[in-house]
Amino acid sequence: MRVTIKDYLFESHLFMQRSVQALVFAGLLIAILVGRLVYLQVVAHEHYITLSDDNRIKILPLPPNRGLIFDRNGIILADNLPSYRLEITPEQIHDMPATLDELAKLIEIRDVDRKRFDRLLARTPAFKPIPLRFHLSDEEVARFAIDRHRFPGVDIVAGLSRHYPHGPLAAHAVGYVGRVDERDLQQIDASNYSGTTHIGKVGVERTYENTLHGTVGYRQVETNAEGRVLRTLVRTPPVPGKNLYLTLDAELQHVAEQAFGERTGAAIAIDPDSGAILAFVSEPTYDPNLFVNGIDTDTYQALQDDDNQPLFNRGLRGQYPPGSTLKPFVGLGGLETGITSETAHTYCPGYYQLPGKARKYRDWKRGGHGTVELRSAIAQSCDVYFYDLALSMGIDRLHDYLAQFGFGKRTGVDISGELPGLLPSREWKRAMRNQPWFPGETLITGIGQGFLLATPLQLASATATLSEYGRRMKPHIVASTQISDDPELAPVMNDPLMYIPIEDREHWHAVIDAMHQVVQGPHGTARKVGRDAPYAFAGKTGTAQVFGLKQEEKYDAAKLEEKLRDHSLFIAFAPVDDPKIAVAVIVENGGSGSAVAAPIARTIMDAYLIKSDTTP
Amino acid sequence: MSTLLDSHREDASRRDWQHILHLDAMLLFSLVALSTLGLFVLYSSAGGDDQLVLRQCIRLGIAFSAMAIVAQLRTQWVQRWTPWLYSVGLLLLLAVLAVGDVGKGAQRWLDLGFVRFQPSEMMKLAVPMMVAWYLSDKRLPPSPGRLSIAGALIVVPVLLIAKQPDLGTSLLIASAGFFVLFLAGLSWKLLGGLTLLAGAGAPVLWHFMRDYQRQRVITFLNPEQDPLGAGYHIIQSKIAIGSGGLFGKGWLNGTQAHLEFLPERSTDFIFAVLGEEFGLFGIGVLLVMYSFIIVRCIYIATQAQDTYSRLLGGSLAMTFFIYIIVNTGMVTGLLPVVGLPLPMVSYGGTSMVTLMAGFGMLMSIHTHRKLLPT
Repeated sequence: MRVTIKDYLFESHLFMQRSVQALVFAGLLIAILVGRLVYLQVVAHEHYITLSDDNRIKILPLPPNRGLIFDRNGIILADNLPSYRLEITPEQIHDMPATLDELAKLIEIRDVDRKRFDRLLARTPAFKPIPLRFHLSDEEVARFAIDRHRFPGVDIVAGLSRHYPHGPLAAHAVGYVGRVDERDLQQIDASNYSGTTHIGKVGVERTYENTLHGTVGYRQVETNAEGRVLRTLVRTPPVPGKNLYLTLDAELQHVAEQAFGERTGAAIAIDPDSGAILAFVSEPTYDPNLFVNGIDTDTYQALQDDDNQPLFNRGLRGQYPPGSTLKPFVGLGGLETGITSETAHTYCPGYYQLPGKARKYRDWKRGGHGTVELRSAIAQSCDVYFYDLALSMGIDRLHDYLAQFGFGKRTGVDISGELPGLLPSREWKRAMRNQPWFPGETLITGIGQGFLLATPLQLASATATLSEYGRRMKPHIVASTQISDDPELAPVMNDPLMYIPIEDREHWHAVIDAMHQVVQGPHGTARKVGRDAPYAFAGKTGTAQVFGLKQEEKYDAAKLEEKLRDHSLFIAFAPVDDPKIAVAVIVENGGSGSAVAAPIARTIMDAYLIKSDTTP
Repeated sequence: MSTLLDSHREDASRRDWQHILHLDAMLLFSLVALSTLGLFVLYSSAGGDDQLVLRQCIRLGIAFSAMAIVAQLRTQWVQRWTPWLYSVGLLLLLAVLAVGDVGKGAQRWLDLGFVRFQPSEMMKLAVPMMVAWYLSDKRLPPSPGRLSIAGALIVVPVLLIAKQPDLGTSLLIASAGFFVLFLAGLSWKLLGGLTLLAGAGAPVLWHFMRDYQRQRVITFLNPEQDPLGAGYHIIQSKIAIGSGGLFGKGWLNGTQAHLEFLPERSTDFIFAVLGEEFGLFGIGVLLVMYSFIIVRCIYIATQAQDTYSRLLGGSLAMTFFIYIIVNTGMVTGLLPVVGLPLPMVSYGGTSMVTLMAGFGMLMSIHTHRKLLPT
């Protein structure tokens, strides 16, 4: 090596220089690194803390228990039953097909269950339990319990499931819950329903969904990267939904439903004083339990295809011509508007003709009623008297007076799905049909036919209003709410909707007296029904034409197909002096009102009033 | 500063333990402190896996032994055998390509029957030794002709290792060789030219990269594009470090690490565990330790008496730095994900032994000096 001192010093100097440069280079890079760390750990610290918490903290919803539904006497109409489902935790299973085959020997596993399970199995982490079967029977639970040791990783889990212990009883009023679907999701607060599987679909279950549902609780849990829950950090318990006490009387409801037998129709009973619905019958009915966990296609199709349409809520959505049950209201309108008086006479020859017209508007009684005034016209249901009165009033006054009783508008009852009926007017006909109003249409409106349509609920409400001398209450079915386990009941307030202006109380008294004559007078159309009643009651029969008869054609029930037969109607309230119950009954294609609908109304009133008397 | 580094003065009359054992106290103690800190972090990242920590302790023992043994070798002797070491290493690299075992998708291991051996580890030392050997023969700075030969001495093993493929190690060896050239006085003009050449060569390099290496570059440029796939490592390590803040979540309290969100947390990404649990403060302590070691090594190199020792010592110090900056740059999202451990902290054996052998060599350089008049 030819190393001289000079070279050595030069190289030593060069190396020193380069070493310093290398250190400066290293220092620069470390400074950049420190800058980066300051950014991450100081400047953006909050951001990364949030991300870190988001990483590890998951929020699991705790669904609230749904409120229960009771009748007015505390009989339970909708409750939550423990229901058992079978869950499998895949990571604990060695041989899944073998396990499933073994399980199938103990518990019925349908193809659909298996398919759903396989679908979930493919996309669920192995430590998360997957449901295989819902709603195990007690027997299945017991069978599995014996062999449980053979199935590590298979568990029976208890949950709550909506149950309607009385099945079809009052199903149209109470309604049912079903699985939350796409349409529901657009309307609900998604976070409050994050753990909820079921939601009210129809009836009170739907109208009072917010009250019944309650508020979701949360469990903040720490999870690892796989999503396994390690521990609970914070637990916010759910607030259970409130219980509902209905105005409905389950026993009365039962009696009313029984009274229909095989017939189809509706019956609504209201407490006139409060508007409380005592019975809400729509026949035929159905078992709401079928809908809770998804009805199978065949059963649903069968319900849909049934000629009697059991899913159709006739009480709220059935729109029928009220027929002669409208006459007391028309008569009262005639008196109150001064068109007629209690003593004004009309001669009934059995038909009515508009001046200068050939067409004869027939009375139901071929030979006519002779000379009638208001009371006898109502008691005997004389059509000619009301043709004449309606014509004198004119459609405008008729419409305005009937509107005060709630015809043509939804009553606003707290059961979902109500329809408004139809109270025709000159304006309505112009707007809907672009035709003028004809006097003949006024005539038939006067006897509750023609365009006029009313729901059974509207009829019951109008009857209650009449019985209370114009004090009109909104019909309602929920009496009070109850925070779970709290003995205090919070009544749902219901103030009168309106007081119909009274010209002369005597007019109301006359109409009510006439209705009393219908059932308990010597010539009343329903005197057979009212004869032996231990209380004074007022009523009015009605027979609504489904099928228009040609001129001079005679109605022959036997010849007509059942579906084209007249609807049988009856409205009533009792006791006359201090009304406790008002009823409207419609029996579809039942024929005459006095023969079919009136006895049902009587049965309902008996059940309510006689029971009330004996049990103070 | 100078007294700190000068505490050990060459004094013929004082044959202290450092000279007897051929160890450098400052380097030794700082390395012990560093590996102790590393063990604490590893204990946390292992999540109670005592076996893992125990194995790391054994490896540390082996690595420190390797350091002590290498420190006994006289520099002149090492210098003499350098070409042989380099040649054997080169042959072994070729052998690996021919018959090597495949582990983790790369061909790095040579099975010698009793031990599996990674020739690329040997080359981490052999390449800078060889370049230093070659350049120390003539006066510095080297002529362009000698530079190109030196360049070839570097490039051949680097390419062989890159082909295995082991991007991290080839990068380290390339920089080890480069720093020898730089410290030998590589002209700035040439350096600028090489930088330009490298820029132009990037597309060529891209062409030679394996798919997973390309993916790492793409992921580096935009980690959020695939948060659950390739970008997951970087996103999670940034969250770990950033959520640590100034003082960290506390030892054993890092949620990112303990809840297993952070991948590779005991090996390449252990820096993020330190950042999460000890915060900027803890990282600062680590960086101070590292800086002290680097400065001490450079100081040792400047005090060396011959060119070979100087170039080799300086290059080893700077390679140590490259290790640190590449790993921390990767974990903080400044650099692409390159599989390099955090020296003396990450779990893993072979590279630590090589690293400590390098420190042994530096100690040897410092304690085998002839006495010169000052």
